[in-house]
Amino acid sequence: MEVVGEHGRRDDIESVEVDLLLEGIFRRYGFDFREYAPASLKRRLWRRVNAEHLETISALQERILRDPACMERLLLDLSISVTAMFRDPTFYVAFRERAVPMLRSYPFARVWVAGCSTGEEVYSLAILLAEEGLLDRTRIYATDINEAVIERARAGVFPLEKMQEYTQNYIRAGGTRAFSEYYLAKYDGAVFSRSLVDNVVFARHNLAMDRTFNEFNVICCRNVMIYFERSLQDHVHDLLYESLANFGILALGHKESIKFTRHEDAYEEIAPPERLYRKVA
Amino acid sequence: MTEYALIVIGASWGGLHAISTLLDGIDEKIDLPIVIAQHRGADLSPGALERLLQHHVARPVVQASDKEQLQRTRVYLAPPDYHLLVSDGAFALSTDERVQYARPSIDVLFESAADAYRERTIGIVLTGSNADGAAGLRRIKEHGGVAIVQDPRTAEAASMPTAALAAAAADAILPVAEMPAFLRGLVA
Repeated sequence: MEVVGEHGRRDDIESVEVDLLLEGIFRRYGFDFREYAPASLKRRLWRRVNAEHLETISALQERILRDPACMERLLLDLSISVTAMFRDPTFYVAFRERAVPMLRSYPFARVWVAGCSTGEEVYSLAILLAEEGLLDRTRIYATDINEAVIERARAGVFPLEKMQEYTQNYIRAGGTRAFSEYYLAKYDGAVFSRSLVDNVVFARHNLAMDRTFNEFNVICCRNVMIYFERSLQDHVHDLLYESLANFGILALGHKESIKFTRHEDAYEEIAPPERLYRKVA
Repeated sequence: MTEYALIVIGASWGGLHAISTLLDGIDEKIDLPIVIAQHRGADLSPGALERLLQHHVARPVVQASDKEQLQRTRVYLAPPDYHLLVSDGAFALSTDERVQYARPSIDVLFESAADAYRERTIGIVLTGSNADGAAGLRRIKEHGGVAIVQDPRTAEAASMPTAALAAAAADAILPVAEMPAFLRGLVA
């Protein structure tokens, strides 16, 4: 295989600025973004530079180091991942067909949504499990790096204007009721039913730095690791592998793969082309 | 003599026909990874666009996967509902918000290519009825790369190439069928 260019010109000014900023954030605040994928990270940093009306990443570094409120704003930029309820409906169809029967065989199951961001996937899974009669014997652990983001997930209020899109996703995902049964419209928000999250534990967890905290029957970590460099991906795959029970199911995003990770042989693909894997070794 | 690293292509409305025509003229002399951001809806029939385009070129046409390394002998498409970026010889995906209503965004792909490969980037803006790709093509030019734009008079939708021409000084303004010969001249 011929590989093109390993040289990302890491000596240009911008790359140096980015490296210095990330080093500073780590030493000052303890958040480690040093192994985040550089291309997306740069875009997000520049968005913050512009929002702060600054000119350079160096200027952002100065403000970040001296102003914790600015760090919090950046942390939001770096930890919110844009997603949708029932994003990739075919994934939920496959989950119903392949993961639900396994969950049904347990008296009690634990599901970890790792990197839950603002919670769209958590509520989607909760709805699916409720419709399968499994929600009251499943505990969902929804974790994210950022406390403010977790608060939003816990609140379960999503923009009303999104409901049309989410309803279509829900139908294509094999939903069995009327989607509008799950929320109340209030001003411009759709407030989702609290009964969906009675069994959800929302907690702070940093995939880059924290250890495993339980053993799970299902782990969903979809489109989270695309923001990480390969080295950090490897680290997280270790963590997920350790955290998954035997015959547990790992769900990744559509364009992520277990291939070329050191755990490739420990999983079997159970619903291609969906990225649903069962731990078999 | 610049040794080019990759060709990035952006297309929107009318893109299927334009990209097909372009790929028809791609031969082994154009020995570079070809990376395409075509605006597309959700993948209701997975891989359909890739299969259609495969009829037009010998090398494999695939959707790019996260962290996959760029190979010279492939045509890559941005997967639906993801931004596609390049960095350090590999792809990176993101689900960040749409840029100018688009995901994949042509600007996101082009800007990442310009940052990573500088003057070794060749950017091509094809037909489309919006302004995506204009900022990205300008970034490619700022870093010394090559900008090629479909002649708007020959485009199914002229606004995207027109916006690109307004934003960046193009090295070539061509009907799509004449682009492969121009590319061969660059890489020869």
